[in-house]
Amino acid sequence: MRSSALLAAALLALVALLPLSGDAYWLRLGTTMLMYGVLAMSWNFIGGMAGYPSFASAAFFGLGAYAGAVAQKFGVPMGLAWVCAGGAALAFAALLGLALLRLRGHYFAIASLVVAEVLRELVNSATDLTGGGMGLNLPVPHDATVASQAQFFFYSMLGLAAITFTAMLLTTHSKLGFGLRCIQQNEAAADMLGVNTTLYKVAAFMLSGAFAGAAGALYASWVHYIEPPDVFDVLYSIKAIVMVLLGGAGSVFGPLFGAAIFLSLEELVWRNYLQVHTGVLGLMIVLLVLFLPKGVFARAVPRTRKKP
Amino acid sequence: MSALLELKGVTRRFGGLAAVSGVDVTVGRGELIGLIGPNGAGKTTLVNVITGVHPATSGTVRFDGEDITAFKPFQVARRGIARTFQIVQPFPEMTVTENVAAAAVFAGAVRYGSEANAEALQHLRFVGLAEMADKRAASLTLAMRKRLEFAKGLAMRPKLLLLDEVNAGLNATEVDHALSLIRAIAARGITILIIEHLMKVVLSLCTRIVVLHHGDLIASDTPQRIVKDTRVIQAYLGRRYADAESAGANG
Repeated sequence: MRSSALLAAALLALVALLPLSGDAYWLRLGTTMLMYGVLAMSWNFIGGMAGYPSFASAAFFGLGAYAGAVAQKFGVPMGLAWVCAGGAALAFAALLGLALLRLRGHYFAIASLVVAEVLRELVNSATDLTGGGMGLNLPVPHDATVASQAQFFFYSMLGLAAITFTAMLLTTHSKLGFGLRCIQQNEAAADMLGVNTTLYKVAAFMLSGAFAGAAGALYASWVHYIEPPDVFDVLYSIKAIVMVLLGGAGSVFGPLFGAAIFLSLEELVWRNYLQVHTGVLGLMIVLLVLFLPKGVFARAVPRTRKKP
Repeated sequence: MSALLELKGVTRRFGGLAAVSGVDVTVGRGELIGLIGPNGAGKTTLVNVITGVHPATSGTVRFDGEDITAFKPFQVARRGIARTFQIVQPFPEMTVTENVAAAAVFAGAVRYGSEANAEALQHLRFVGLAEMADKRAASLTLAMRKRLEFAKGLAMRPKLLLLDEVNAGLNATEVDHALSLIRAIAARGITILIIEHLMKVVLSLCTRIVVLHHGDLIASDTPQRIVKDTRVIQAYLGRRYADAESAGANG
């Protein structure tokens, strides 16, 4: 625990110092890593803590992106629009959770997978509000240089990651987190023990939705232009899960480590195997999950070997 | 003083099958009551009806003066009915203490944290599991897991404890230990309803026994009279044995 905390602090310090390098490429990478981290941590609320394999991250992300963009279109200041987007995703998750969280296991996974597709079609057809398939442009501030913009969004994403991490830490050590662990271990037994399982699961889903939605809104402002297939991409759901698995499900720092590892792999593979990069990445994910199911930091050596 | 638990005309159907039909049972405060019946008689279904896992199709369940027929399991638990499972249900990857603390926090309204842990440890001492407090629940033996179920049940601060075959799979020594535990719990003033296959256990413990057969309540009496009841003997051993028994008693 102590060593992983130190490692995390070192990693964060390294990331926070990125803007000093003045390199646009590294800054973009850093911002992406923080965004991935937020997605992974937000998935951890429902997938890691409650044990419900949610594929709804893309739905929350896309909903947040469009909520933030549309709010700005109507003149809401950017920062407030991000908060609104998080709130919209939170409310959406509450309603969705009441319906979907009656399902368990694969059934829940499949149902949550469909949500992003449904939202994408809805956004596609609501042309007046969202621009439909033509996408939506977000306002660019006139008085800012490209470099200062990049720095601003980097620090904004860092702030969101810090808030998400704090929320996750607080939840883990609270009654809510304790109840979610009970549900993850044995939901029927948790129910008999007095845990209001529906309430707890919906709460976890709402937290998951809020942070993924806020990440979507920040992303939209950062790239200035969004379109349905981009922000409702099912890959956001899959990446969130893979990152948590890589970093180790059930640990506090796992999602952040996972995000760093995943982004490194993605970037390396993309650079070196441009033609087949998704194939190579998929293969690596399968191998990692098969042989290191508890994350890359789990001890690969069996414990019994250590004993004399 | 009114009854603690009152079942009136309780019926539970699964499709066309009435697993429990028209059962009336009253449990008074402080009673130690046994629920017996051959396999498939509806004993566990009756417990599931009381705890809200499978709500009654018709009839009412009243507990402590309140109609709890339509309550969800977590609400029933918070009202003061604890139950142990026939097949033990720990949270395997949590420690033994955490398992008991969960019961204290969510049903017993104890504050999460050190307060709940302290209370958990107290119950673990009572059931004799204190030295296993920091072990994972999955690492316990079956007999220990059964004792863990007791500790969890007690941590819920129940008025009524439903014990579903807590002695199944235990050896003679372990059964004796469980028996003394049940007596100690009863001595604390907790009302107990025990489902049991071992007649030795029910006969030595209970003040009253109710018998289910094919979902019907066929007898409710003291242990001494239950073992002589013709319908009970019929249900367990068949009509011919019951006839022979009553012929022997008359002749």
